Amino acid sequence: MTTTTSPPRGGFGYRHPSLRLAGLLTAPMAWLVVVYLGSLAALFLTAFWTVDDFTGQLVREFTLKNFQQVFTNPAYLSAMLRTLSIALLVTLISLVLALPLSFFMARVANPRWRPLLVALVLTPLWASYLVKVYAWRSMLQPETGVLAWFLDPLGLNSPGYGYIGIVITLTYLWLPYMILPIYAGLTRLPNSMLDASADLGAKGGRTFRSVVMPLVFPSIVAGSIFTFSLSLGDYITAQIVGGKVTMLGNIVQTTYVTNLPFAAAVATIPVVIVLLYLFAVRRSGALDNL
Amino acid sequence: MTLSRGTKVVLTLFALVAFAFIYVPLGVILINSFSVDKSLTWPPSGFTTEWWGKAVESQGVRDALITSVGVAVAATVVALILGTLLSFALSRYQFFGRESVSLLVVLPIALPGIVTGIALNNVFTSFLGGLTIYTLIIGHATFCIVVVFNNAIARLRRMGGSVEEASADLGATGWRTFIYVTFPLMRSALIAGAILAFGLSFDEIIVTTFTAGPGVETLPIWIYQNLFRPNQAPIVNVVAAALVVVSILPIYIAQRFSNADERGGGLI
Repeated sequence: MTTTTSPPRGGFGYRHPSLRLAGLLTAPMAWLVVVYLGSLAALFLTAFWTVDDFTGQLVREFTLKNFQQVFTNPAYLSAMLRTLSIALLVTLISLVLALPLSFFMARVANPRWRPLLVALVLTPLWASYLVKVYAWRSMLQPETGVLAWFLDPLGLNSPGYGYIGIVITLTYLWLPYMILPIYAGLTRLPNSMLDASADLGAKGGRTFRSVVMPLVFPSIVAGSIFTFSLSLGDYITAQIVGGKVTMLGNIVQTTYVTNLPFAAAVATIPVVIVLLYLFAVRRSGALDNL
Repeated sequence: MTLSRGTKVVLTLFALVAFAFIYVPLGVILINSFSVDKSLTWPPSGFTTEWWGKAVESQGVRDALITSVGVAVAATVVALILGTLLSFALSRYQFFGRESVSLLVVLPIALPGIVTGIALNNVFTSFLGGLTIYTLIIGHATFCIVVVFNNAIARLRRMGGSVEEASADLGATGWRTFIYVTFPLMRSALIAGAILAFGLSFDEIIVTTFTAGPGVETLPIWIYQNLFRPNQAPIVNVVAAALVVVSILPIYIAQRFSNADERGGGLI
């Protein structure tokens, strides 16, 4: 059975398959290409324009001034590096949490429990994004938050609102995106390979390093695409649990009304970083795992 | 691989802690909605259902709920039509650029929300003369298409073309085949796609803030605007708790209609 077959017989469409195809494609393509891609293209074009300081009008002349400003102004530069470090840290922590958890789900837990465990990971993904960030506002609240209540008796302080708060919240938000591909990768791992490794004398740790890791690597990369790119573009988390700490998205959000070209230039940065990352990992086969 | 007993115990304990990390914040939201305290305080000094009653009576919450449902229904209808058309085109025809189309569909949820948000905001304010509730619906429908499309195309691929060919061999026209054969076989996948699209739209905040007209307040926007007002905290807690319950229930319903294996175990 093939996925592509001739259109059903009879009627106009049988004689004019290309017209049928045009009928199917016109409306959705008009929407996605004209409305969506058109808007994106307009935005990126705007990034090379400027705003007249006096009149506030757009000056439609090509210039790299906006990008120059982002890369030379210390405040913007540090926000960019901070955003990058947050995204990397979130990806790393998600990986450290997701590996053992997915290993437990795929290899230790009773196979009968697997669908339930997957559902448990998947469910929070559909709870409102804003509500989850809000939940961490009450978790992280200095002195009266849940973490403060839990950590005080241990002699520790709640991290409160700030850099660490952002990292924890973003990790919480995007962790399922890391768990699910790794879990899927681990369930596909053939038992025979693990047995062979053990037969050849490898202990658990060696088997993990030399057999499991190379095989689930594409899944890890697939998960990291989500955790990394979703963190890069975030601004609401920083607003709610970030205290005074700002990310690239906050700069976009505060400047787009008065200086759209500059905001567009700032917004281009995470997109370019994500595209570079996708380009770099393209060969690992990770993109087929999305 | 034979794991030692110790390793298994450690992994099991780790999994318990990880699941606690995933579920404690959601539990805190539910518990806080019954707290007597007027600010975010843990542990709550007492429990009451007073705030749930106040939230139900709140005109702002009611209006926001009606707006949210209306926008989500409209966006879902648009996404259903466009996503289904697209899934037919991609599963039944070969054409130039077919691979790019499947990438294009995912783009609105793959790119950071703020990029989609200001891109649409720019075009709507420059060419459509400003933001309204309709620009919000257009924004939401754009990123909802993908969930309908993914569910529909997975079903169409599994179904193959043989049933449609059989129908045609028996003399049915293309339209008749669609009504009597294809649509009934696709129905559950479309329902699952529609529920997920509704949930996606109902919860969305980033694209919403950039595409909603003045005075158009969805539930997430209402929360966002009242989040930093200290005297509103108890009502915000209730709305947040209600959103957790409301957004999780549809997933169970959607799961019943769609088969995760059918979608290749994909996230959406």
